[in-house]
Amino acid sequence: MAGRVLLLVGTKKGGFIVDGDAGRGVWTIRGPLCDGFAIHDMNVDPATGTLFAGGGSSWYGPAVFRSDDHGQTWTVSSAGLSYGDGGPEISAVWNVTPAHGAIYAGVGEAGLFRSADGGATWSHVEGLTNHPSRSEWQPGAGGLILHTIIAHPTDAAHLWIAISAVGCFETMDGGATWQTRNAGVRADFMAERYPEFGQCVHKMAMAAGEPLHLYQQNHCGVYRTLDGGATWQEITAGLPSEFGFPIAAHPRDPLTSWTIPLNGADRGRFVPDGAAAVWRTRDGGDSWERLSGGLPQEHAYLGILREAMAVDRLDPVGVYFGTSTGQLWVSRDEGDAWEMLTGDLPPIYSVEAVLLDG
Amino acid sequence: MATVILPRSLVALFPGTERRHATDAPTVAGIFDALERDIPGLRDRLVDSGPNLRRHINVFVDGEPASLTSPVAPSSVVHVVPAVSGGAAGPV
Repeated sequence: MAGRVLLLVGTKKGGFIVDGDAGRGVWTIRGPLCDGFAIHDMNVDPATGTLFAGGGSSWYGPAVFRSDDHGQTWTVSSAGLSYGDGGPEISAVWNVTPAHGAIYAGVGEAGLFRSADGGATWSHVEGLTNHPSRSEWQPGAGGLILHTIIAHPTDAAHLWIAISAVGCFETMDGGATWQTRNAGVRADFMAERYPEFGQCVHKMAMAAGEPLHLYQQNHCGVYRTLDGGATWQEITAGLPSEFGFPIAAHPRDPLTSWTIPLNGADRGRFVPDGAAAVWRTRDGGDSWERLSGGLPQEHAYLGILREAMAVDRLDPVGVYFGTSTGQLWVSRDEGDAWEMLTGDLPPIYSVEAVLLDG
Repeated sequence: MATVILPRSLVALFPGTERRHATDAPTVAGIFDALERDIPGLRDRLVDSGPNLRRHINVFVDGEPASLTSPVAPSSVVHVVPAVSGGAAGPV
């Protein structure tokens, strides 16, 4: 597969686009984009090439930005991104995911919105908010935020979403009804260790070619499911910590994924012992290997947030992560060796890799 | 008609929009509704779902702090100002 990679980088101080060459060795940074909004997620609609950036401004509220020319010009809208007068305030968009001709936005305070017109206007997916558990949802450290949206690749009515300190939900009827999908996932901070909901999911990723095979990095461990979340198996063994934020799946091999463990929720939330490493499994999580080639191994107190790791679709796969101190790291060989692309961006909230033809 | 002066960072979101507008409405909320007709999406940037002014948006009518219900006279000058209390990132 040929092509060049475009990295979409959301930060505390706007979005950035990093243009790569065919060899993924020369990179050019554009930005800041999106008028200084904090950008929590950037994504591409693979069907159209349209870019989306979701975020929020403490002055001007939540918004989704859209670009039809690879980031040269942008429009912005939040029309309909509201629970209505008297409803909870929406502070920011945390995830924007195109799927099957629609655009989905996950927001804080937690809820799901859908756009059928390319992001110009939004409609509340009320079925999730109407779930019987809603009155018991409690915020995590990052607030009550819907941060993960995963669409089934062929069934437009089938979605998974994740909310911090609430857990995973699945719909198979286009969002009208939702089921909790947290069986087998620990919630060590609650009186009941395996509740129906309340688990602090940090990120989920779908395995390549196996839509019911998901990975999850949680506040309390790493998990996989082979049945769409009906049951989860813990796969933390072999990792240095159960705590971390991002998890990314290989674009072709369903057994390969990457995570970046941090030292712990109450221990600073940086890489263990100040030694940076990405951890990779080649066997679906039965075992993990530590990858640290080129990464700093002393006094590197790096934090990596939930949306800040991505993979491209080249062979070998490129893996990318950004830190909360503004470093953007690149691996061209599936994580074995790393180079710092830049160390001077604002705190990085999200990284996405887009493959362009030619 | 009242004169409304919008912040530079706000009009940047709506390319081609001027900072100064002449608008006729009896209240601040009415002013924003009138501006919305010419600049779709503007009201959402200033008003939350209360509806209230967003937490870090200040409005002054003839130099006095105002709310959405504050009266506006045809001779009034309405300043919309991003508060210095804004700009802090939320928790991550």
